[in-house]
Amino acid sequence: MLILHCPYCGVDAEETELHAGGEAHLKRFGPGSSDADFESYLFGRENPKGVHFERWRHVNGCGKWFHAARCTATLEVFGTYSAQVLEPPQDIRDAITAKRPGWSWRDIQ
Amino acid sequence: MSTRLATKARLLNTDKQIRFSFNGKQMIGYEGDTLASALLANGQMMMGRSFKYHRPRGVIASGAEEPNALVGLGSGARFEPNQRATTTELFDGLSATSQNHWPSLEFDIGAVNNKLARFFPAGFYYKTFMAPRAAWKSVFEPIVRQSAGLGKVPKDRDADRYEHFYAFMDVVVVGGGVAGLQAAKAAAQSGAKVLLLEQTAHWGGRAPVDGGVIDGQPVDKFVEELVSELETMPNVTLRLRCMASGVYDHGYVLGYERLTDHAPEASGPRHRLWRVRAKQVVTATGAIERPLSFAGNDVPGVMLASAIRDYAVDYGVSVGDRTVVVTNNDDAYRTAITLKNLGLEVPAVIDARASAGGELAEEAKALGIRVETGKGIAKVQGSKRVTGVAICSQAGEGAVIEEIPCDAVAMSGGWSPVVHLWSHCGGKLIWDDVRSMFRPDVDKAPTGADGQGFVVAAGSANGLLHLQNILADAQAAGASAAKAAGFTPKSAAAPEAQAREEAPIEPVWLMPQGAGPKLRMKAWLDFQNDVKVSDVMLAAQEGYESVEHTKRYTTLGMATDQGKLSNINGLATLARSLNADIPQVGTTTFRPPYTPISMGAIAGEARGEIFQPLRKTPMHGWHEEHGAHWEPVGHWRRPYCYPRQGESHADAVAREINQTRKSVGMLDASTLGKIIVKGPDAGKFLDMLYTNMMSTLKPGKCRYGLMCSENGFLIDDGVVARIDEDTFLCHTTTGGADRIHGHMEEWLQTEWWDWKVYTANVTEQYAQIAVVGPNARKLLEKLGGMDVSKDTLPFMQWQDGELAGIGVRVYRISFSGELSYEIAVPASNGRALWDKIAEAGAEFGIMPYGTEALHVMRAEKGFIMIGDETDGTVIPQDLGLTWAISKKKEDYLGKRAQARSHMTDPKRWKLVGLETIDGSVLPDGAYAVAEGTNANGQRNTQGRVTSTYHSPTLGKGIAMGLVLNGPDRMGEVIDFPGTDGKTYKARICDPVFYDKDGEKQNV
Amino acid sequence: MSELSALNGAAFHGTVTVEDAGLQGMIALRGDLASAKLAKAVKVATGLAIPAVRKISSEGDKAVAWMSPDELLILAPYEDTGDVVAQLNEALAGEHVLVQNLSDARATFSLTGAPGALREVLAKLAPVDLSPDAFGPGDFRRTRLAQVAGAFWFEDTTTARVICFRSVAEYVYGLLCVSAEDGGEVGIFG
Repeated sequence: MLILHCPYCGVDAEETELHAGGEAHLKRFGPGSSDADFESYLFGRENPKGVHFERWRHVNGCGKWFHAARCTATLEVFGTYSAQVLEPPQDIRDAITAKRPGWSWRDIQ
Repeated sequence: MSTRLATKARLLNTDKQIRFSFNGKQMIGYEGDTLASALLANGQMMMGRSFKYHRPRGVIASGAEEPNALVGLGSGARFEPNQRATTTELFDGLSATSQNHWPSLEFDIGAVNNKLARFFPAGFYYKTFMAPRAAWKSVFEPIVRQSAGLGKVPKDRDADRYEHFYAFMDVVVVGGGVAGLQAAKAAAQSGAKVLLLEQTAHWGGRAPVDGGVIDGQPVDKFVEELVSELETMPNVTLRLRCMASGVYDHGYVLGYERLTDHAPEASGPRHRLWRVRAKQVVTATGAIERPLSFAGNDVPGVMLASAIRDYAVDYGVSVGDRTVVVTNNDDAYRTAITLKNLGLEVPAVIDARASAGGELAEEAKALGIRVETGKGIAKVQGSKRVTGVAICSQAGEGAVIEEIPCDAVAMSGGWSPVVHLWSHCGGKLIWDDVRSMFRPDVDKAPTGADGQGFVVAAGSANGLLHLQNILADAQAAGASAAKAAGFTPKSAAAPEAQAREEAPIEPVWLMPQGAGPKLRMKAWLDFQNDVKVSDVMLAAQEGYESVEHTKRYTTLGMATDQGKLSNINGLATLARSLNADIPQVGTTTFRPPYTPISMGAIAGEARGEIFQPLRKTPMHGWHEEHGAHWEPVGHWRRPYCYPRQGESHADAVAREINQTRKSVGMLDASTLGKIIVKGPDAGKFLDMLYTNMMSTLKPGKCRYGLMCSENGFLIDDGVVARIDEDTFLCHTTTGGADRIHGHMEEWLQTEWWDWKVYTANVTEQYAQIAVVGPNARKLLEKLGGMDVSKDTLPFMQWQDGELAGIGVRVYRISFSGELSYEIAVPASNGRALWDKIAEAGAEFGIMPYGTEALHVMRAEKGFIMIGDETDGTVIPQDLGLTWAISKKKEDYLGKRAQARSHMTDPKRWKLVGLETIDGSVLPDGAYAVAEGTNANGQRNTQGRVTSTYHSPTLGKGIAMGLVLNGPDRMGEVIDFPGTDGKTYKARICDPVFYDKDGEKQNV
Repeated sequence: MSELSALNGAAFHGTVTVEDAGLQGMIALRGDLASAKLAKAVKVATGLAIPAVRKISSEGDKAVAWMSPDELLILAPYEDTGDVVAQLNEALAGEHVLVQNLSDARATFSLTGAPGALREVLAKLAPVDLSPDAFGPGDFRRTRLAQVAGAFWFEDTTTARVICFRSVAEYVYGLLCVSAEDGGEVGIFG
């Protein structure tokens, strides 16, 4: 059972305090978007064995959504960060690079 | 016969006798006994029968690894099957019954399976019950059911209570033997918070029985002093009778504490499940002795050498007068020496090794014990009890050299480290050829959240068998765990220990090594599931080469003991059959729990009244007093109806509806979700959330709205009231309150975080009472305090005010088609207002109504219900709700999805009303059939029923459904076959059955 | 008075005493916690400063708890909540804030007893480190109590307060009572 650090209230919360919210950093496509863009927004998801970025909510806690970068194979957590960014911040990327040199996720490296 | 010795036993208090019974027979033991030791002391060697062949079985081990001695304990509400006699502490009044036999343990009809054993090899069931297909139900299944199952299922509700406990530790040390104790001390000296768990009732593990000297003292003394020292350390918590059952991700450890199993009269919970978060875990879980595979190794009286030693030393029990020891290592000589020193006979030590061992062998010889090297047991004689052994050459095929009469056999095939906890969370193992064991690969420990190892194995669990090495390893393990947990360990040397030097083990996987089929068929690997050497060989021969396949084909290691004794022998046998190396074959996966834990401990406090949260409105007590029949809605309990004496539910519902439509009714609507949405961007936000335009709503007014997911599907509906320029109150469905609040927060926090909007879920702040019916206004006027007239408070508006002296907010909204007011009041005043309305309404014959009346009335009006008309695949357009979808808005959640080709397909089923030709009620969920069949040969369908009721107002069945081209087929009759064999004919009609023009609600 | 708390004064005596604390005034204040204007409004209404993350500050019959980065919980006597809401709304007029009276939406329990026993009762229900070095008076924790959301804090070492939603008051009371039953002492917090 995972423990993730909530970047908003500082609690190292175990999974029973959290709600998983799927893949992070999706770009919303609304009316007027192409079928392909909309389909990938709605249904296209990464399924990596390794580095992954996810959304979590500290639902039985401060109620805030946040992002987590972790390894799906070993469950190692590289860091958690604000929900209010469009891509992983540099310090998170650096932390991943230190542990998983050469990693990539979508078009992020 | 097994019997009690006159010598002093380590763990017994012989001043205190304990009375207990086995299969109804009264017996006496002592304080400190386990059920197994007490049974042996009473001469009861046979303790059960095996699962498959019903062979007579005695106890084989002395601890958690025991596969045979499973009993049913207690009776009635305290009955529990499959309890290991070896880990059951004796208490006054204990009653145990043996399992898997009929009519009695001594005489068992099922034992005929044993005679037929060669017709029941591995895979028998798979092969036999394949054909003919028809035979399964009438022939095979009854037979299998009759013989299936281990133990009996308890019939009564468990009388005990259980609980969980959350603990946070720097270091958890598992195992209270000398290694665990030493590791705990080494870790604790750094200041780390340490929890030490021991599954038995005693500290010290095996070492006190096996002997040796630590820091110049006997092991017992060393243990006693070390425990006292740990007890004085404020950062150390010691728990006996607490088994670490599993190690999970991110340092999660489950501890299973048995608080009152040994003292059932004590107050308090029976079991406590420790849910521990550990920064580091030290597994000092010891090692388990392996049986040897020879013919008849399951006959009662054949036991692990260490167990025979334990029973003699710890419990003063002799398993037999004449014990033959058979071994492939030095450790078993300790048993021979112990027995001899107790004055018992040891006719021979049969050592499979070509040249017998070290100091222990010499000591045995010096005591006059005959040692035969290079020999093995060809066969054990006896059926319900050992009567002798036939000796052969280990190198040969089993030609008997000599028969030695004896009544017990002490066997040792070497020791396997207990690696379960190491392995649960991904720790890897390596095969140690010298020591013939799988042991933890220290470079491949389970890793935690930081990617670093968080489990350290110590002592014999780490593959070490000499006392000095064990203590040094434990010291290092404790220190390294403390360091990894962020502490600075003291540099301290491990205690000095002296123990006998042992000669190396020689692996023996079959005895004799060339044993033929006849012997192999009687050489047991898995005692509980009756798997023999021949079964594993057959599996290999039939192509089950993967250890995981062999396990499932033969059921090796799949019993309640999870193969603690059988796994290594089994996979070594498989390796031999495949002519492969053991590491190549590998092990099966170790899964928690280490030994079975009670369902009660897993449930913890969640039973009875607090099995799950029940949500109650402030008026719950009133409903209860008035005989409400409850309907669960989410976790809420809502009155379904209020049946009166002798009245059916259907009649009650009809009465509630008729009186409401005729005069006035009242409904507890408190469970409806209520969410405040406030801020300069609140209107813009709600325009994105709802399909219709909310930003144009005027303060003081209400509007019905629909919410869709980004997939376009309808997820909730409700009335939105604009409180002021910046503030809206959104009503949701009962089940939707938390979900929709979460949905709003999700979009605000993760997509539109720059929008100035705050939300608050105020669902439980207010009780809400719907007063419904033509006399509703009169009733409110009678309560007095505010103007509720048509002009001041018209349909779809709200007002703050006071009724009967209580501050309220009144919404003029209707879900029934009647003149209706929904009155919100702070929850703590809900009951008071409800009482006043009920009292004032008496003159109008006010009728409290439940959810079913609510549902029928809304269906009569053609109002949709989330969860009935919607099921996660329905869009508002399907339901004819295009009037509630804004054409002006550029965007709202779901808009883009509703433009996808499948969503705009004219062939989507659309909402219509349905009325049966004969006035009967359509079956819920029934499908309308169409011409022809689909690719699976099933009839084509053209629609389905979504809501169906008997309408007391119209005196007939009414329904709503989704039908292909439905709105264009008014008047057409379609067929709905029911599951009752009847076909219901229904005419497609307008879904609004009652007051089509809405004149009643708008008065 | 016609107002009723969810459990109307129920009490249980075990390893600790569990009591329905009655009606407790509670106001949610959502806004920019870094704004001086908000801090001043809270000060005026309660006499208290804005607490640090996961802390609660209290004085007399008022307290302010940190709920989330944009939310405070203000505790005041039940009968004063209307005034406090009005005071806050007035002081924060024109600001983007949400002041909401939630006194009726919740139930409050008071737990009194020996410090160790108090911690144990909570540690049987919440996945929170309740050892004295990890959690003490002044700390405020929102978490899970068995199967529902809840929050608690220590007023002093022998008194704890637990809040939950009103509809599950009976459930939470049941949880607290069963956890406080005699014979269930764990003995881990001294």
